[in-house]
Amino acid sequence: MRVHLHNPKRDLEVAGPLRVNELVKRLGLTREAVLVIRGDSLVMGDTQLADEDDVEIRPVISGGAR
Amino acid sequence: MIEVRRHRAAFCADCFLHHCREQVRRVLEKFHMVEPGERVLVAISGGKDSLALWDILLDLGYVADGVYLGLGITDYSDTSLGFAQRYADGRGAKLHVVDIPAEHGFGVPDAAKATKRVPCSACGLSKRHLLNRAAIDGGYDVLATGHNLDDEAAVLFGNVMQWHVDYLARQRPVLPATPGFARRVKPLIRLSERETAAYCVIRRIDYIVEECPMAAGNKHLRYKETLNAIEERTPGAKATFYLQFLNQMQPVLAGVADEERASVGECTRCGSPSTSEICAFCKLVERAATDSLDGR
Repeated sequence: MRVHLHNPKRDLEVAGPLRVNELVKRLGLTREAVLVIRGDSLVMGDTQLADEDDVEIRPVISGGAR
Repeated sequence: MIEVRRHRAAFCADCFLHHCREQVRRVLEKFHMVEPGERVLVAISGGKDSLALWDILLDLGYVADGVYLGLGITDYSDTSLGFAQRYADGRGAKLHVVDIPAEHGFGVPDAAKATKRVPCSACGLSKRHLLNRAAIDGGYDVLATGHNLDDEAAVLFGNVMQWHVDYLARQRPVLPATPGFARRVKPLIRLSERETAAYCVIRRIDYIVEECPMAAGNKHLRYKETLNAIEERTPGAKATFYLQFLNQMQPVLAGVADEERASVGECTRCGSPSTSEICAFCKLVERAATDSLDGR
């Protein structure tokens, strides 16, 4: 599957099928810090992603002066 | 569907939007943030939190305009203003724009360099001053900011790490209006930033996802990572940490906050409330101007 990442923006190819939680863990991320979006919909941690899927891992942590 | 582990719940899209609005409504009511008929100015950065807050306040029926501060952070500021303006246009809402370089002759990177502060410190100082000024000058009763549960937990963590008692006393969901200060409120304190981001995705609100280039290495980002590592193992830890601080510790600290408020005077240059003769923002403007003239 194609995985789009941010900060910095980059794309990765990851072999599927794979559950969302496993993908997040494999990328060294924590579930609290990201959303996983397939197409234009959010997907839950136990969702099985297929090899042909296109997913975005969107960081949710913002920092700096608030 | 989205899971919110601290509530041990998974929501469909409609129920999740209802959940977010309810969390905000509860905070607004519990802390008496906005009285009937009051006008709200929402501090808009173009990011997920401020746009989600604006959207929820409008949906809840509040009279809420936005204010965007141009910080002079090159392309990032232009891009974030674009997101803010597109939301305002799409919603038919009013967005005020204050451009710091155009109005004060410096941007956040210049201010940080001139004062030898870290950029987030110079930025925060400028925002506090100019957002308050925008609210007062515009005749708004309330200034609302998009600080979420993660922001507040991270600030609390930092303040506890150093036992900054005066900062702890000041860390409240509502700072009451005083002469020269609009009331400041934080209606998102019961929503995590994962929830505000999910809210925007579900509501199809486009926001700037990329992190501010000046924030890299910021200590609050490190605190958030630490708290998220705890949350991963103990869902609900962040909410307990922060919300119990409000319940248990804020009453104990009330006297400290009262003493601090009593010591506030007026800046001799701009008339803003200040604990010294010249307020921190006016000193920042002066140093940035001197630095610019020196060509440093």
